[in-house]
This record gives sequence, structure tokens and C-alpha cells, in this order.
Amino acid sequence: MLTFTLPSLGADMERGRLVEWRVKPGDTVARGQVVAVVDTDKAAIEVECWQPGVVHALLVPVGETVPVGTPLATLLELGETAPAPGTTEPARAVAAATATAVRASPGARERARELGLDLATLAAGSAAGTLTRSDVERAAAAPVGARTSGEGTELRRTIAAAMARSKREIPHYYLAETLCVARATAWLERRNEGRPAGARLVLAALLVKSVARAAQEYPDFNGWFQDGAHRPSGQVNVGLAVALRGGGVIAPALAGAERASPDELMRALTDLVTRARAGALRSSEIGTATITITSLGERGVEAVFGVIHAPQVALVGFGSPAERPWVLDGEVRPAPVLVATLAADHRVSDGHRGALFLARIAALVQRPEEL
Amino acid sequence: MEEPELRREVMRALRAVAPEVEEAALDPRAPLREQVDLDSIDFLRFLAELEARLGIAIPEAEYARLTSLDSLVQALAERSAPARR
Repeated sequence: MLTFTLPSLGADMERGRLVEWRVKPGDTVARGQVVAVVDTDKAAIEVECWQPGVVHALLVPVGETVPVGTPLATLLELGETAPAPGTTEPARAVAAATATAVRASPGARERARELGLDLATLAAGSAAGTLTRSDVERAAAAPVGARTSGEGTELRRTIAAAMARSKREIPHYYLAETLCVARATAWLERRNEGRPAGARLVLAALLVKSVARAAQEYPDFNGWFQDGAHRPSGQVNVGLAVALRGGGVIAPALAGAERASPDELMRALTDLVTRARAGALRSSEIGTATITITSLGERGVEAVFGVIHAPQVALVGFGSPAERPWVLDGEVRPAPVLVATLAADHRVSDGHRGALFLARIAALVQRPEEL
Repeated sequence: MEEPELRREVMRALRAVAPEVEEAALDPRAPLREQVDLDSIDFLRFLAELEARLGIAIPEAEYARLTSLDSLVQALAERSAPARR
């Protein structure tokens, strides 16, 4: 008999609320299959099971909040027969199979929690689709009360704790480099011509690929700092800082970006951003990033100097591409330029290595045909 | 397709990407991407949704015209009804 426990979906997670069971007793589970949806402080996460087996019993009912490590279900190994009834009686019988799942955005979940409203009740009264923050606020507006949430939200507190820890523990250093992206944007234009919007590439895909390739070549910027030492990662999982509608940020990981073609990467990026915003991330995407990219620049700023997501050791930031005077072959010309920044952990690397890493990213971005 | 109908399709496509958006809260003459907080990936998803709903192509060269809700609807009206002009 195997026990499936609530995994830690990020270093700062202590508990999670079971939102939905995707399996019922008797179902065969494949390795990597999504078996449940758990709401954490940050988002609703689809939890995968990494052991194949047959579901024997669900131990935690929908709606219950339990600490990390709590047994959620028992599984029979493939070929194992169920024990006689009564010998391993599960703590609680569950009616999970009959419970309906509530589809709601992270913003809606957060707002409902703040306002003390039950999402299931709101969903029952709503026509269809995914509950949004404004659905929750409309529902809350009916009984007008003096509800103030002065102390901030759960997500805000989680971000505050993680960022304070990073700034307390990590001696950051910062580097910046301005790159001319004329070749990359011209390449994208040619590449996208005549393609429908759904098949086009954006500059972000080239940036992610460049960082992933450079991180593979410079292991001192990839991996985790644990137990007093840097442990470089054999693979690159790029964490992408995604701004959530309604506030907050989450940085799910994209695995294998260094090997993906630009088209594959674009599809994976679109899928990841869409699911992050909809609150449908998977457990393997949370807390597994080995380096993070933030491109706050899309909100119009020139450069972003980020805070490293501990236990990672580097964060690459991209500003907004803008037309600027640029000197090429002794002449000043207008060109699209972009500021790339690096925030890195001085316990692991020095400015010189950082400069080489950033220069490598810049070189890769400027040769899109080789990505 | 007439303008009011086009506008409804635009709002539907927008809500597919940003479910919380309400038309009443939008300034139809101000830049849409800033108001709705669409990054480049969101914007492409929005255009892909529009292309699918309207059965037209929206090339990259048109992006400069697709700023506010009003100019977007105007550009789409021209694209979806070339025979009338």
C-alpha cells in the first residue's frame, strides 16, 4: 500500500486546502497524472502523483485544509490486492466523488477568503464559467458591511515573507547591459509574416531561450543554495514571474526551455502564463525553478533590478524594448534597444562571472536564427 | 459585420484572456493594453481569439492601429468589410 501525501508546493508552503479530487477509489493512476487540485496561499495547484497505482481510499474530503505531509490518499501498487475491510480502515470516509469542483481565478479565491465568502455557494448562484474577482466582489457588495482588510492578503504576506528572507540572506549584486535587438525584432517580423496570431512568436520566447541556454553554460547562476553551498542543477527550469490579475506575482517553472525550438517554447510559454493566470498550475511547476526571469519591462519601465527567489542564486530581468539612438558603424541611428539586468548571489559568483553570463545572454538574443 | 456587433465580439475575445474585464470600466479612446494589463503573450492570445471569432487575419503590421477599443473596432470594421469601400 502506498500513501500519497500533500507535497510542499514551494519552500514557504505550510498547508493547503483540497479543492477537488480528480480520481476516485478504483481508478488506475499513471505516473505524473493530476489527481487533485489544492489551493495554496499563492494559487490553485494541480497536484500530480509520481507513483503509479490504483486508488484505494481518499483520506481528505474536499474543502478541508491540511498541513504539508498529510496523507491525502492510499494507493494499491499495481498487482497488489486490497486488504480485507477493517484492517486498514482509513481515518475518514469521503464523498469526494460527488463534490463539484469550483472553478475560480486566484484573485477570486483570495477575495472570497478575505471577505469570508464560500466559493461553492457563489458558484452555485453563478451562470457558468470561472468565477472572477469581480463576481466575488459583486456577491459581497449585496450585504454592505464595513469589511476592511487592513492587514493585507494571504498572497501579499507570502510574497512579503519570501522577499524579506531573500534580502536578509542573499548578498545581491546587480549588473545591467543595454542590447540592440534590431536583428531579433527583424527576424521575428519575417518569421511572423503571414502567420495567424496563434502561431506567431514574441520577443519573450527568444529571451527565455537565450537565458536557458546561457544558464546551462554557466552553472554558477543555475540551481539552489542549500546547506551553506551552491548546488548547481543539471537541468534548467526557468521560473517566469507572471503578474496575477488583481495583484501579486507567481513564478512557475518551465522545464527544458534550453532544448525547445522557438515554436515549442512559445506554445509552452502561452500555456504556462494562461494557466498561471487561471490558477491551474501543476505541482511540478511550483518550487522547481532553478533561475527566474522577470520582464516587468512589458509594463513600460526601462530596467528591472529583481529580488532573487531563494534558494535560487540568480534572476535575470528584461526592460521594455524602446527605440533609442544607437551607434552602429560610426553612425547614430534609431534602433530598438532593451536593458537586460542580472541580480546574482555574491556567495556563489562574482561580478566578473556575472558580466560574462550577461554578455552570453546578450549574444544569444542577437542571433535568433541559432536559437 | 456592423460596429456594435464587432464591439461585442472584441469584448468576448478580451474576456477570454482577461475574464474580469467589464466594458463599462474601459475608456474606449485610451490604450487598451495598459487598461487591461495585457502583456505581449496576452495580446497575441487576444488577437488569436479575435481571428478565430471573425474569420479574418490581423497581420503584425496592423498592431500600431490596434491601440484603443475604438481604433481596434474601426480597424476590424475595415478589414472585415473591404467590399463596401
